Amino acid sequence: MVSPDVVVAGAGMIGAACAEALSAAGLEVTVLDRGAIAAGTTAAGEGNVLVSDKAPGPELELARVSRRRWPELLAALREELGPALAEAEWEAKGGLVVATTPDAAASLSRFAAAQRAVGIRADEIAPADAAALEPHLTRKVTAAVHYPEDAQLQPVLAATTLLAAVRARGGEVRAGTEVLGVTRDSAGRVSGVRTDRGTIACRAVVNACGPWAGSFAARVGAPINVLPRRGMILVTGPLPPGTVRRKVYDADYVGAVASGEADLQTSTVVESTRAGTVLIGSSRERVGFDDTVRIDVLRELARKAVALFPVLADVPVMRAYGGFRPYAPDHLPVIGADPRLPGLWHATGHEGAGIGLAAATGRLLADLFTGAVPEVDPEPFRVDRAAVIDGEAAA
Amino acid sequence: MSRVVVVGAGPAGMAAARAAAQAGTDVLLIDSGARLGGQYHRQDTRAGTERFTLPARVEHLAESVVWALEPVAGGHRVHVRTGPADGPGRSGRSIDTPALVLATGAFDRALPFPGWDLPGVFTAGAAQALAKGQGVRVGERVLLAGTGPFLLPVARSLLDVGAEVAGVLEAGDPVTGWLARPGGGLSAGIGKLGELAGYASVLARQRVPYRRRTTVIEAHGTDRVESVTTARLRPDWTVVPGSARRVEVDAVCVGFGFTPQLELAVAARCALADGFVTVDAAQATSVPGVFAAGELTGIGGAELSAAEGEIAGASAARLLGAHPAPPVRALRKARRGRRFAAALDAAYPVRDGWRTWLREDTLVCRCEEVTYGELRGAAREREVCGGRALKLVTRAGLGPCQGRVCGRAVAELTGIPDAAATFARRPIAAPIRLGELAEEPTL
Repeated sequence: MVSPDVVVAGAGMIGAACAEALSAAGLEVTVLDRGAIAAGTTAAGEGNVLVSDKAPGPELELARVSRRRWPELLAALREELGPALAEAEWEAKGGLVVATTPDAAASLSRFAAAQRAVGIRADEIAPADAAALEPHLTRKVTAAVHYPEDAQLQPVLAATTLLAAVRARGGEVRAGTEVLGVTRDSAGRVSGVRTDRGTIACRAVVNACGPWAGSFAARVGAPINVLPRRGMILVTGPLPPGTVRRKVYDADYVGAVASGEADLQTSTVVESTRAGTVLIGSSRERVGFDDTVRIDVLRELARKAVALFPVLADVPVMRAYGGFRPYAPDHLPVIGADPRLPGLWHATGHEGAGIGLAAATGRLLADLFTGAVPEVDPEPFRVDRAAVIDGEAAA
Repeated sequence: MSRVVVVGAGPAGMAAARAAAQAGTDVLLIDSGARLGGQYHRQDTRAGTERFTLPARVEHLAESVVWALEPVAGGHRVHVRTGPADGPGRSGRSIDTPALVLATGAFDRALPFPGWDLPGVFTAGAAQALAKGQGVRVGERVLLAGTGPFLLPVARSLLDVGAEVAGVLEAGDPVTGWLARPGGGLSAGIGKLGELAGYASVLARQRVPYRRRTTVIEAHGTDRVESVTTARLRPDWTVVPGSARRVEVDAVCVGFGFTPQLELAVAARCALADGFVTVDAAQATSVPGVFAAGELTGIGGAELSAAEGEIAGASAARLLGAHPAPPVRALRKARRGRRFAAALDAAYPVRDGWRTWLREDTLVCRCEEVTYGELRGAAREREVCGGRALKLVTRAGLGPCQGRVCGRAVAELTGIPDAAATFARRPIAAPIRLGELAEEPTL
């Protein structure tokens, strides 16, 4: 085997996006995953590609670029791989955020105004117009904002499409191979990765291990603060088309994403999938990697979803699933080179937004790697910021 | 928290409830059926009287499903809905217990074949439930196909409701199988053999043909089954060339052994081995306070299930401070029964050759209409190698049955080893309406 230039550790959405972008830049890439591909956080999310839930700032900037890049990327891959393998159920369905109390209406209005000021389409619409967009929505809506740019894709399909592109360009994807550590050359640079199936020589390694990125980083001797946050989703049986048309969420979602405070938060997100099922999210729990299903969490999700769409009360829930989101204490992704260990790169910490942010993240990492001028300012995501490398992890 | 909770009121669950009650503890026995007995004793719901009686300490919660199970301090919380599954107004209840007995049984394993999605194709168990529970025959002229001794009582039930049984097709060659394992197993199952011999003689009197190494490889019809293709099988279950025959029937019942109903055991995180719940001699699972009995722990018939249930009930009562006498006879029966079960398992294996009955366009997951070709194509082209990703890429197992019917077939057809376990992980163990889930629980 020819030695790859880069080994990407983690075959989830972020690892797949980094590997795709690196291989598009002409690099030889090998992707490793200790488990199955696209089987961790990627297989546990809704597939959100959102601008609506982010306040103005670096993450919204990354989201905006990523939202533009996703359809371009999928279109290019359709040319390269053919339509079947590039199918990722992309749907530019738009989002609708609603408030149901006067207080929430006021803060939603302020939030949307701030987003508009930085160029996001956030159209404030009357409750009657919201009802026209979503006929089954509760009549208790006090304010609504329509975000036509919000979109959705099926994350496992999207990740496997990106990995197929990597393979088509001569790269390799190996499941069931765990990175145990790195080897270094005399100058201290990464010269390879040690795995449970032997050592692979390479110039660089990308840590795209999602919620497990913290333990990966510790293992290679450059710890970062990335922690898991548990989330649960309910899935209903298939419903008639049009029951839920967009991504609809309660304005309380905005507060939950940005907050690191409570140990359990739930905020309502209701949306249909192409198969006709309705996904109901989402909860946020800080319970480490404990994957015990808590019925009170599911109850809270159900309660809020029925409040938003009363018609859902009689709909059967078919399943519930959960996963772990990776987050850094300052709630910003970690993307870039690790100055403590030349040749080590990180791409993680996207919390619940990794699917949406993946397209821009992969490109940003590849641009930084090749020395191209990135479209997004990389500074806010740098690895050696205090929240990421100070404190417990360094200890 | 002071009651033993038993889930499932078949032979194992009833025996567990009885044993725990006789030891002096209160018992809550939860079952989805309207009557006691489960699938094995399927009672006619039209009959006026209940056939079984249980000690007064047993509260029987009929028409009740356990839709979730979660750990709480000192035991488990059992979330129950009571009432007809399709009707409105089911009531909800959550019960905490330090001693939980799972006796959720098993359901028929169906293998996919061309046409198995046509109306008129039933699992053997479903056909038997309709016959015994409601006096309904699934067809006028019915063919049974599959493997294992359970096909015989199903044929008997069909005859009882007036169906013509065109034949019982046994895919294996059990005589060879039994002879290949002389000794223990065979003699241990004397009682069972007697029961089966009884069925066999009924079938003989009614002139029902019994064919070995033969099965149904295709069902034909436009709106429902009009005929099937049968074929002789080689020992590996590939089809003997030139042996295909067309048989006119209006229903076909299939059963290729059983799959344990694992979701609650999986939710409780009980250790599994070879797809069944691991238990010790006291029927204790790997999880403190959780016992398992009956087909969950291995397929061995009603007698073994009842013996295991009795042991499990006594163990659960002991955990609550009772001092039941050691269930010596049940322990002996269970030991013998397990030898019989092992022999049965060896005598009726499902051979890999069934995969050759499928065509590219044969549905594997009927709920989501995923064909064999799509399944293999997706797994190959996207190089999916894990159960969870496989489900999301192909949609197999994501429909209303949540992989109960297709899970094992998908795992075997794709060669993805963890697929079967992934399909058994169902935190919502039974469908529940969103509005019901939203209700505050009554403890």
